[in-house]
Amino acid sequence: MAQDDSRRYYVILVFLGILLGLYTIRLFNLQVLSSSYKDKAVKNAIREVTIHPARGFIYDRNDSLLVYNDAAYDLMIIPKDIRAFDTAELCRVLDMEPQEVRAKLEKAAAYSKSVASLFKQQISKEDYGYLQEKMSEFPGFFVQNRTLRSYPQPIAAHILGYVSEVDERDVENDSYYAMGDYIGKSGIEKAYEPVLRGVKGKEKKLVDVHNRVVGDFAEGTENIQAIPGTSIWSTLDMQLQRLGEELMAGKRGSIVAIEPKTGEILCLVSSPNYDPNLLVGTARPKNYGKLIADPQKPLFNRALQAAYPPGSTFKLANGLIALQEQIITNSSIYSCSGGGYRIGSHVVHCHNCGGLNIYSAIQRSCNTFFCRAYYNILSNRVKYKNIDEAYTAWLEYMESMGFLKVFNTDLPYELQGRIPSAEYFDKKYNNSWNGNTVVSMGIGQGEAAVTPLQMANMLAVIANEGYYIRPHIVRAIGKRDSLNTQFNEKIYSKIEPRHFRTVLQGMKQVVTGGTGRGAQIPGIEVAGKTGTAQNPHGRDHSVFALIAPANDPQIVVFCLVENGGFGATVACPIASLMAEFYINRKIERTDLEKRMKELNIK
Amino acid sequence: MPKLDNKITKGFDVRLIGYYLALVFIGWMTIYSTCCIQGVSLPVFDFSQLYGKQMIWIATSFVLATVILLVDGRIIQHYAYFLYLFCLFLMVLVLFIGAEINGAKSWIKIGTFSIQPTEFMKFATALTLAKFMQEGKTATQRRYMWIWQFLLIMIPVVVVMLQHDAGSALVFASFIILFYREGLSNEFIIFGIIAAILAIVTLFLNEIYAIGLASVAFIAIMVLGRLQRKKYVRNILLYALSIAFVFSVNLFYEKGFEPHQKQRIDTILGKTSDPLGADFNLNQSKIAIGSGGLFGKGYLKGTQTKLKFVPEQSTDFIFCAIGEEWGFFGTLVVFGLYGALIFRILKLSEKNRNPFVRYYGYGVAGVFIVHFFINIGMTTGILPIIGIPLPLISYGGSSLWAFTMMLFCFIKFNDN
Repeated sequence: MAQDDSRRYYVILVFLGILLGLYTIRLFNLQVLSSSYKDKAVKNAIREVTIHPARGFIYDRNDSLLVYNDAAYDLMIIPKDIRAFDTAELCRVLDMEPQEVRAKLEKAAAYSKSVASLFKQQISKEDYGYLQEKMSEFPGFFVQNRTLRSYPQPIAAHILGYVSEVDERDVENDSYYAMGDYIGKSGIEKAYEPVLRGVKGKEKKLVDVHNRVVGDFAEGTENIQAIPGTSIWSTLDMQLQRLGEELMAGKRGSIVAIEPKTGEILCLVSSPNYDPNLLVGTARPKNYGKLIADPQKPLFNRALQAAYPPGSTFKLANGLIALQEQIITNSSIYSCSGGGYRIGSHVVHCHNCGGLNIYSAIQRSCNTFFCRAYYNILSNRVKYKNIDEAYTAWLEYMESMGFLKVFNTDLPYELQGRIPSAEYFDKKYNNSWNGNTVVSMGIGQGEAAVTPLQMANMLAVIANEGYYIRPHIVRAIGKRDSLNTQFNEKIYSKIEPRHFRTVLQGMKQVVTGGTGRGAQIPGIEVAGKTGTAQNPHGRDHSVFALIAPANDPQIVVFCLVENGGFGATVACPIASLMAEFYINRKIERTDLEKRMKELNIK
Repeated sequence: MPKLDNKITKGFDVRLIGYYLALVFIGWMTIYSTCCIQGVSLPVFDFSQLYGKQMIWIATSFVLATVILLVDGRIIQHYAYFLYLFCLFLMVLVLFIGAEINGAKSWIKIGTFSIQPTEFMKFATALTLAKFMQEGKTATQRRYMWIWQFLLIMIPVVVVMLQHDAGSALVFASFIILFYREGLSNEFIIFGIIAAILAIVTLFLNEIYAIGLASVAFIAIMVLGRLQRKKYVRNILLYALSIAFVFSVNLFYEKGFEPHQKQRIDTILGKTSDPLGADFNLNQSKIAIGSGGLFGKGYLKGTQTKLKFVPEQSTDFIFCAIGEEWGFFGTLVVFGLYGALIFRILKLSEKNRNPFVRYYGYGVAGVFIVHFFINIGMTTGILPIIGIPLPLISYGGSSLWAFTMMLFCFIKFNDN
């Protein structure tokens, strides 16, 4: 062949060589120089699945289950993985409207293209089973196991609190949370959130092009196990709580019972209340709306957030202060006549009790006695220069017994209560006021307003003869006997122990032969004090304070029934039934129990 | 009846056989890998799996190769035209009774197996062209020979186009290498290059740029080439032709391609990008190869291929699995083997005194070259996606048989 042709052999070789060289450079560039493909391959094949730990259980003090978990399934989406799918089919499976589906997709895409967003919460087990089979038709979707709170008894909703999806603020405040997570929003659920929630785990799953999980990445060696939430033992006595809620059915008000030696809250009833199961799962927003709109305000926790005039039960505190301030001794006698305590033309009415000492004054709840004692406390010019100092000293006594402050333990949203300062009265009465101006506070009326919890705590101070332990709601974390020691500090009042014995004696007489005879429990010595809190808006509130057994107090009960009238008629038997059940674990006065449960006060 | 050749053992090019065996072995290993699911190794002799079937294809290919090496090469030459006509007949038959796979109607189903006559046609065409070119002796015959050569190639191209198999049609263009070697005028090559440049510029930018480019080139040639006045006419003609061509490009592009083909071309030109939709395959293919790194993720450990992100990963996109699991190192091995194979064929062809062997060798080399560069080009995003297999590596009986026959005929002819 011609010379020209064999030269072309070399042209071809060179041409091929160059082409092969260019391809090699291209491959070198693709495989060695650019690093993004490795990440892309990982993102393709590996789906990080967050494993949500089961939340810790909540038990009562006797190991009865108050809160546990139910299985639920959340449908999640990763917008970037979504391909065209049969919208109609998805709508049918999930029972959703097409425009709802579209809106959710847009919202998820706006949040993040590659991070999973919640698409539909809490799919039922049946739908989940059906969906699982169809998953391959919906690339970009996957199902995550979740747990839902469940309550075997429809009680203690206010205390247990509820769990709901985190909002943007929660996510901002704590990097632990991601959108779609759940968080305790109130009550024990909120106070013990870090304990109850556990630690989220992470699993790296291999998914194929159809978004099906085919196995664990790296044989699961990179998976992080979820740590289940820690269980909690509440101080509540479930049966007592249930009894309290039943007794308060049809009434508005509150019962707070405390074990005085430990500050453990045995029951905390606020009525009306609601079934905590209402605030679980997909029905939560709807039910929450209903509860919010209810004029009876079932969401409102009266035990902690309502401030009432304490009524005559406040006389106990004032009696103690009068004794400590040596205004009276346990043999001092004031006389009650002329229809009550007179301040000019104004009369604080009483029943012409005649001359009485502190014991019988408590027993008969004499207004005159305690008005005079209170007036004398505030008029002690030997010890205090002026009314301001005397009044402030009285306030300090009150504060030492747990009033005027929040206990700040593990309870949700406590109200501080309200007893005005000396400055308030200076301003109100233009610096011209004296003990008589504010004398109604001596008998628990007037400006003073305290919460049922504070009153119950005061009873604990009396029962303990001088100290209290801040009331709290959780007694053990993790193990039943690992006691929650963070609140076990004894806080002493400014009153000597012997004065408490005097007051307690008076309270015993209330039950044996005074205004609170209805509180008698067969076989148990009970100390109590009735109260009738004046209510400018309607019928008076019925109040009763109880300590039992009087010689070795195991329980203090404070009960307030709004518009219940005299303390002796409603609050007294309810508090007594509570104490009877707590101590004897049964109620013998079944007729009374039935009557109280059925009583309706609107 | 084939009669036994006495001198079989000597002279067969051992290197070519070695490259062949290496590529086939790599192919089978890779097909096995693509069949495995992450973390599970499958029994090797499972004939329901692709790798099991490929084992049958490989075994039968070895038989074919042995037969070819044993028979007299002249017998194969003798039946070249018959083979060409027979393959053509099958290809036409496919148009009527063929099965459609991936949009191309190019398969004949026989029981559970399908054969693709086009693959054999490449072999038959190479053989026929070589025989025909060898036979053309007289001057008259030589003058009109190009018409026959053109027809021999264009007939199968037309039939393949009717089967909607654009990729295979393109393979027949590989014979240009043979013609170039045998004296195709340089002007054809220049025309081709100018046309390619103008077409790309037109599609990528627009007609104005293409005409501008042609005008600048024309003026430059006119100014620089003032000394050679006699080429004036030719240059002006060429310029006019260029402008006409530019205006026909878009028309041809719009009418001549299917929408998905246009999409693929636009993607390579960078005009559109849709990694989750139309470009999903290409994108995943690049991710697979790119994620291999220097030494790959290890055999059977590729996630892109194991988890089926890459489509057609045992056939047209098999290079993804190699790139992912063996990395750039694997790429070099495959490139090296192909380079060696192709250069070896070209060298042996050039050295052989018998023009028939040279014609045939250049034809075979051309088919390998086009297959290799198009296939690797499409998986790496250099070229639009054109579905043709990677010779000897991709899964497929027809392809493996055809390439085996093609290569071993060359080995046989070269020895004679």
